Formats: sequence, structure tokens, C-alpha cells
Amino acid sequence: MVDLGQYAVPVLSAYAVTIALLVALVAGSIWRARRVARALAEVEARRGRGASS
Amino acid sequence: MASIWEYANPRRFMATSGALLPWVAAIAALCLIGGLIWGFFFTPDDFRQGSTVKIIYVHVPSAIMAINAWLMMLVASLIWFVRRHHVSALAAKAAAPVGMVFTLIALFTGAVWGQPMWGTWWEWDPRLTSFLILFLFYLGYMALWEAIENPDQAADLTAVLCLVGSVFAILSRYALVFWNQGLHQGTTVTTAGVGVEEGVSSVFLYPMLTVLTGFAFLFLALVLYRTRTEIRSRRLKALIAQERMA
Amino acid sequence: MRSLLKRDLSLAIRAGGGFGLALAFFLIFVSLVPFGIGPDTGRLSDIAAGLLWLGALLACLLSLDRIFQLDWEDGTLDLIATSPLPLEAASALKALAHWLTTGLPLVFAAPILGLMLNLPPAAFPWLIASLFVGTPALSIIGTFGAALTVGIKRGGLLLSLLVLPLYMPTLILGALTAARGGQGLDATTPLLLTAGITLGSAALLPFAAAAALRVNLR
Repeated sequence: MVDLGQYAVPVLSAYAVTIALLVALVAGSIWRARRVARALAEVEARRGRGASS
Repeated sequence: MASIWEYANPRRFMATSGALLPWVAAIAALCLIGGLIWGFFFTPDDFRQGSTVKIIYVHVPSAIMAINAWLMMLVASLIWFVRRHHVSALAAKAAAPVGMVFTLIALFTGAVWGQPMWGTWWEWDPRLTSFLILFLFYLGYMALWEAIENPDQAADLTAVLCLVGSVFAILSRYALVFWNQGLHQGTTVTTAGVGVEEGVSSVFLYPMLTVLTGFAFLFLALVLYRTRTEIRSRRLKALIAQERMA
Repeated sequence: MRSLLKRDLSLAIRAGGGFGLALAFFLIFVSLVPFGIGPDTGRLSDIAAGLLWLGALLACLLSLDRIFQLDWEDGTLDLIATSPLPLEAASALKALAHWLTTGLPLVFAAPILGLMLNLPPAAFPWLIASLFVGTPALSIIGTFGAALTVGIKRGGLLLSLLVLPLYMPTLILGALTAARGGQGLDATTPLLLTAGITLGSAALLPFAAAAALRVNLR
């Protein structure tokens, strides 16, 4: 482990918050993308059936 | 001859962005993880700033990309105005939350860096304050997108807001310099390219540039990804509306 | 043109809305400040110039959603849009009417409230001058914000969120003019810059406001 000296708390918290925010952003994007993709697939499947019948 | 406008076609955009996305995301992850590990574990402390110098590896790249994200939204809004390509408007919409998070990171890391260095968490200094204003602009922009139901109207109005907001963001920047000289040092990164002894030493510069590349590719990957989501969401809404009509 | 302006002015006065309300808000805001900060006259005189500017800004903000909302609801806005008068001119006139009913009274009320806040005597001319050249910018920027949000139900809060960052340069320079004047310094430069913001927004923002209105009327 690196020796951060007296500034360990600011440095570590800066890295922690940055990583947490980036992960939250990516996770949020993926979550929304999955939800929209699932809903779209559902509607498209429904319409596909509707058109053939 | 293929021109860039071909990608304004949502179908072409979906195909190309789908093929591109894994690569862009991989480069982003590689540069981010590699650069941050390099910066955190394998760089010396600055003789004046101690280990807080490590914060610049996240602070400077996020700040640069926060501004570039707004510029990208501005360009996308202009393209939407001139050529009415829906992908462009949706890309601007997709970029806003990413830029907002980058602004937040820059603000937070700046605050925890300023606390030991300047002895204060927050200082009403032109650079800090302009970033706060930038953050407010992102909030307003996103709120306006959310508030309007008709997607074309929302795209038009947010594009107008983005143009006007850009002008006022620049005005604020200069008004703030006039208002308070501030503690924040000038841009040291650009001087580094000219003379190493003047700006940031190369020991700090290379890991930072790696992280900056990582942030840039992360931005690109997220914008592509979120734009794909927005296109799907638009198609979903259109299909649901068609079903209601039938 | 003149009839539109006259109509807006008479509506504002007769409905008692813009005219009295913003002024009363300004008065209440300023008289609440000592309760929050304490009655120490020395401290009050330090911050008086900034407070008066802030009060004027908030009072202006409060009346923004009335600029287009009523005309939008009863369809007058469609008539204005189809009239031979260009929409750009109409929104500039709306901003002018808003300034005449809210900004201008605030300029006259500010010195009286300045006395209550123990504003330094040297600051009075600068305060009046900066409010006089700065409040038109608030009205014009506000008209743009109101044009953006006119189609949104309950858009008042959103309007504030959009407009406040745009107000930042005007507030900074205007308050700086009054504060520097109060310290006995020459405040011509920030005053001229405030005037520059007003003129610049008067030249450009009616076009943006008209574009936003056209989108909303589509």
C-alpha cells in the first residue's frame, strides 16, 4: 500500500467518490438500457404476432 | 462515398455504434483502470502538495471532459437545428447526465483537494464558481428534457436553451474573473506541452493523460450507449402510440 | 405594436398582478433580511448593495411566468403569432412591458429601501444606475425563459431553475457596481459591462424567445 501521509483521507475519498459516481453512472445507463430494450422486444413480439394472425 | 451524415440514419447508427461500442468501452476501461492505478500507486508525491497531488489524476480529466461534454451538446444541438437529424438531438440528450456527473466529480475532488491546500472546502473563486454554474446548466437542461412530452418540441427547446446557455456560461466566466481573482492556479496542463519545467512535471503528466484518454473514451462509450437507449425508447413510444391508434 | 404594449401595461395595472406584487415582495424581502442577519447597521451597510440586487432579481423572477402564461391559456398568443407583427418584436415588447411594470418600479423603490438597510451614501447613484441599466436584462432573459416553459403545466419551478443561471452575469456585475460605488471607488467599468449585457441580450434574446414560442405553438 502506498504511504499517503497526512492527506490519506482527502485522497482516498476523492478516488472513492469518483469511482462510485462513475460506477453509478454506468450502472444507471445499463439499467435503463436493459429496461427499454426489454419493453421494446415485448412490444415488437406482440406486434409480430398481431401482424401474422 | 460514405459521409458522416449517413450515421444520422438511426438504423445505420445502431449498426455502427453496436459494432464500435465494445471496443470503445474496452479502451475506456483499460485507460481508466490503468491510469488510475499508475497515478495512485506508482507516482511520487509532490514536494509541496504531498500525496494530494494524486487527486489531479481524477480532477483535471473530469473537469476537461465536463466542459467538452457541454461543447459536444452544443455541436449536436446545432446539427439538430440545421439538419434536423434525430440522432443528433438524442445524442445531446444522452450526453447531459454524463457531463453532469463529470462536473460533480470535478467539484467534489476540487473541494477535497482545496481543503488541505487552501484550508477551505469551498472558495468563491472564478473557476469553482463557473463549475457550479455549469452544474446548474446541466440540471436545467435535463429538467427541460424531462418536462416536455412531445419529443421534437423537447429537442427544439433544449437546443435553444443549450445555445443561449453557452453564451451565458461564457459571460459568467468572464464576469467571475472580473469579480474575484481567485485562488485556483492557471491551466498548467497546456504549458506542460511547451516546457516541462514550467508546467506539470512529466511524472504526473503521463498518468494524467492516460486517465484523460480513459475519461474521453468513457464519455464516448456512454454517449453511444445512451443514444442507443434513447433511439430504442423513441421507437418504443412510437409503437405504443401506433397500437393505441389501431 | 403600440397597442400590444398598451394592452399588456393596462392588463398588468388593472389586474394588480405584476405592478404591486413584485414591489411588495421586494419590500418584504428587504425587511426580512435584518431578522435573518441581525440588526447590526455596520454589517447591513456592507451587504446592502448585494441584497438590494438580489431582492430585485427575485422579485423579477416571481412575475416571469405571467409574461406568456395567460396569453397562452386564452389563445391570445396564437393571435399574436398570426398577426403581421413578427414574433421577435412581440417578445421584445413583452419584455419591455414586463420591465416597465416590475423593473422600473424596483429602481425607484430601491433607494428608499437602501436607506432602511443603511446603504452607504456614496453607493446610491451607482445602485440606481446599475439597477436602471441591469433590470432590463433581467426582464429580457426572463422573457426567454418564460417562452421556453410556456407549454409546461406548473412550469414555475422549472422556469426558476432555467433562468437563475442565466441571471448570474447580470447579478455579479450589477451588484459589483453598487458595492464598488459604496466603497468610494469608481465603478464605471462594471456599470458599462452591465449595460453591455443588457444591450447584448436585448439584441439577441428576442430571436431565441420567438424561436421557442414558435416551437411551443406548433
